[in-house]
Amino acid sequence: MSAHIESHDHHDAHDHHEHDDGHAPSTLKGYMMGFFLAVVLTAIPFWLVMDKVIPNSQTLAVVILTFAAIQIVVHMVYFLHMNTKAEGGWSMLALIFTLVMVVITLSGSIWVMYHMNSNMMPGMSHEMTEQQAKNLP
Amino acid sequence: MSDMHATPSAAVADQDVEFWMSKDHHPANGTLLGFWIYLMSDCLIFACLFATYGVLGRSYAGGPSGADLFDLPLVAVNTTMLLLSSITYGFAVLEMQKNRRGTMMAWLIVTGLFGAAFLGIELFEFAHLIHEGAGPQRSAFLSSFFTLVGTHGLHVTFGIIWLITLLFQVGRFGLTPANKRRIMCLSMFWHFLDVVWVGVFTFVYLMGVLP
Repeated sequence: MSAHIESHDHHDAHDHHEHDDGHAPSTLKGYMMGFFLAVVLTAIPFWLVMDKVIPNSQTLAVVILTFAAIQIVVHMVYFLHMNTKAEGGWSMLALIFTLVMVVITLSGSIWVMYHMNSNMMPGMSHEMTEQQAKNLP
Repeated sequence: MSDMHATPSAAVADQDVEFWMSKDHHPANGTLLGFWIYLMSDCLIFACLFATYGVLGRSYAGGPSGADLFDLPLVAVNTTMLLLSSITYGFAVLEMQKNRRGTMMAWLIVTGLFGAAFLGIELFEFAHLIHEGAGPQRSAFLSSFFTLVGTHGLHVTFGIIWLITLLFQVGRFGLTPANKRRIMCLSMFWHFLDVVWVGVFTFVYLMGVLP
């Protein structure tokens, strides 16, 4: 941005090709807004965890996951320029399909495996002692 | 069309119109949509790796836990590097839209340097963990950790290789429509990696140190 004066090659020849790809042009304001929000949404969870602001682990986990979800939306909107109109709605449809698959994969795996652990391995639910670990094949 | 070639000049005019029409109706964004669908499939790979980590992330096998191993200030620096590389890539796209080749290449180089800094810090962290005996073979937690974070790092590595290739392409051939399309594809790839990293630092590092 500092060097606006240099390098005007190709400027005249290709001006009218600018938005051939059918995407809305990116703007400096949009990128700066996204960057500002991303910095804030990154700094808060780091601060919450590093300064142990919320003593309850589960509450803290839910809070920082919420911040992550909001930040992902911010990245999608301001950096990846997602909207319902891009590519005639097809990229949004692909995204929604992917999100459904991601949610099923994540929640399904964690849910099923949690119950497997608690039902089938009662003796070694979470932590093993060093001795038990050595006896493993 | 071919039976209308009355004179050579009419044929040329006919071809010109044909060319202009076909260009206008060509789906110019087909590549970007296709690349977006590739990114979505990549997203599913990461979903599987996140699910694996979610299941195995607390199986320490008597070894060190995330709270023992993770250095959060270092992760914060790493996150900053990737976020800065995201915004500098945004600046490169803005310069590309204004057809300023020199400044665009400068921003791409800055992006690549931030990406390289991110990779360097990550490799330093990995080397440190392995040196401490907390390598991928130590526990299920560390196996899934190295697989997830390593796969992300591998994506960043290939992004940097792609970025260097594009720099040579733009330097040699200028901001042609093909090169602009490639820059937009890499833009999506690069920002997508930042999205995945948001999941990694939250789900792996921040939640990993919680008691």
